[in-house]
Amino acid sequence: MNDTLALQADGLTKVYGSGHTEVVAMRDASMRVRRGEITALLGPSGAGKSTFLLCVGLINPPTSGRVAIGGRPVLDGPRALVDLRRFRRENIGFVFQKSNLIPFLNAVENVQVVGELIGHPPPVARRRAIELLDALGVGARASNRSTQLSGGEQQRVTVARALANQPSLILADEPTAALDSVRGRQVMELFRDVAHQHGTGVIVVTHDQRALDVFDAIYQMEDGVLARAPALAQSECR
Amino acid sequence: MNLAVRDIRHSLGRFVLTTIGVGMLLMVVMGMGGIYRGLVDDALVVTRGVGADLWVVQQSTRGPFAEVSRLPRRVVDRVAAVPGVTDAREFVFHTIQREHRGKPLRMGVLGLGWPTDKGEGLPMVAGRVLAQNHYEMIADESLGLALGERLRLGKDTYTVVGVTSAMVSSGGDGIACFTSRDAQAIQFDEPGESVRLERQARRVRAGEIDFGRTQPSVLDRASGSSRAIVALPGPAVSAVIARLMPGADTDAVLRTFEGWSDITVYSAAQQEDLLLKGSVDRARRQILLFRVLLTIISAVIMALIIYTLTLDKLHPIALLKLIGAPNHVIVGLIMQQSLIMGALAYGVAYLIGQQLFPLFPRRVLVAGDDLLRLGAIVLVISVLASLLGIWKAMRVAPNEAIG
Repeated sequence: MNDTLALQADGLTKVYGSGHTEVVAMRDASMRVRRGEITALLGPSGAGKSTFLLCVGLINPPTSGRVAIGGRPVLDGPRALVDLRRFRRENIGFVFQKSNLIPFLNAVENVQVVGELIGHPPPVARRRAIELLDALGVGARASNRSTQLSGGEQQRVTVARALANQPSLILADEPTAALDSVRGRQVMELFRDVAHQHGTGVIVVTHDQRALDVFDAIYQMEDGVLARAPALAQSECR
Repeated sequence: MNLAVRDIRHSLGRFVLTTIGVGMLLMVVMGMGGIYRGLVDDALVVTRGVGADLWVVQQSTRGPFAEVSRLPRRVVDRVAAVPGVTDAREFVFHTIQREHRGKPLRMGVLGLGWPTDKGEGLPMVAGRVLAQNHYEMIADESLGLALGERLRLGKDTYTVVGVTSAMVSSGGDGIACFTSRDAQAIQFDEPGESVRLERQARRVRAGEIDFGRTQPSVLDRASGSSRAIVALPGPAVSAVIARLMPGADTDAVLRTFEGWSDITVYSAAQQEDLLLKGSVDRARRQILLFRVLLTIISAVIMALIIYTLTLDKLHPIALLKLIGAPNHVIVGLIMQQSLIMGALAYGVAYLIGQQLFPLFPRRVLVAGDDLLRLGAIVLVISVLASLLGIWKAMRVAPNEAIG
């Protein structure tokens, strides 16, 4: 873990609609995630966790507030300071509740495609994809399609894909929701290892209270308000 | 990595079946073009086969193909005497239908100018050219007549001495070549009873005029053989065809003919024009409209198929956008699939067409130019067909991959 910030989100507010239909989904949310740090984002359904993730993932910009990733300012309110899609391609990795693999590609191709998108020649991207799959323990399933993989294997491939562009930030939205507790914990530990070994900032949205000990920081979100959980609570979890 | 090919591989069965379907549709488009080409080619077989530079026909007619033309045989000698003309001969062409082996046999009867033209210029595939002035014929293979086969036409029997290929009339009937005399004998053949009735009628008509009533010998002649009646003209010919001397000034020769009030003259190009703009033109336009309709239908079907394939991929497309794939990657995925489908369908159309077209009753002539043109059309409709899918893909938001 180092002191460089993988994510700096300040005062993010997201408002949907206007007038009497106006809904404030997120209010003045701020978060800092250092490189090599894994952060949990807890909260009930509808609390605004996904809205926060969409904002810092540069998919759905906030109404106001600022976002910097890897030290580079990218959003000032709804205004993009960079080419968002390109920035996502080169700096952010995504992991979701469902594995979300591209069905017509096999495991290695699902990872390789990210490498090619950031401009690596196909042989280089493929070699890197195989290395990542091996490192995550699914190298033997490289030529299998997603339908031929178990849930845990699919999530490992997804994590490999999220790492393929050597991102500053990985955003994971309930990645263990479809897994049993043992595999869920394995995936959480995998994220911790990824954060610590690759120096990537990782934010995991989760409901699973049983694996909170793997996180370096925990945030709680409720009714659109984000707050860091007390240090004591974290140590209790561990 | 080619995403289009990967996706095709993933749903190969559906893609192949769809491509075959589109291919068969394109085969019909290709076939319609081939039918038109065949129609034009068949129509020009006779005009080009006889090798005429000028066509002399009855005054003010568009004969002999577009309408009936009758000329006295002596016009042949007059045309031959014009400076610049190297030779002239009568042109006899008509269509007959007879019963043969219990089936109707339609054939175009083409008269050759024996002895100058024995059929040397015909596309022979078996047998020989005509060797005598009467009772021999050269038949196109589409008529189904074998070498040595004998066929009774009118009062005479003709032996097939040669077989040609691709000699059919604009109506699609196989052409049989005879000497001009035999062709006319077939054309003007009359049954005995008809001859007898005509002789009686002539006697009656002769008896109704002073000359007949005062000259009994006239009545005898009128009721006798036509050949013995000096005043009656010989059988007319449809047209006279002439060839020009090498280097002859066609316009100068045509100017000479302009002074003749009993004939009209057309150059070979004008004759082909008359033929194509007359009987073939309506069929051409009909086929063209069908081709346009089929091409539009192909484009619509391809667009719907590509659109459906795109709908099946909306989630992966949203995912690609989420991980930052630029638009050109997604456009390429859809457009390449459309182009691959178009190219494969075109290949299917060609291969199936090659097997099926020869079985058609009329010639389907698929020309290289037409293949290229259709290839270009397929390229365009492939691109157009992908636009709907691309439009849909561009509207997909990356966060749809998460939901």
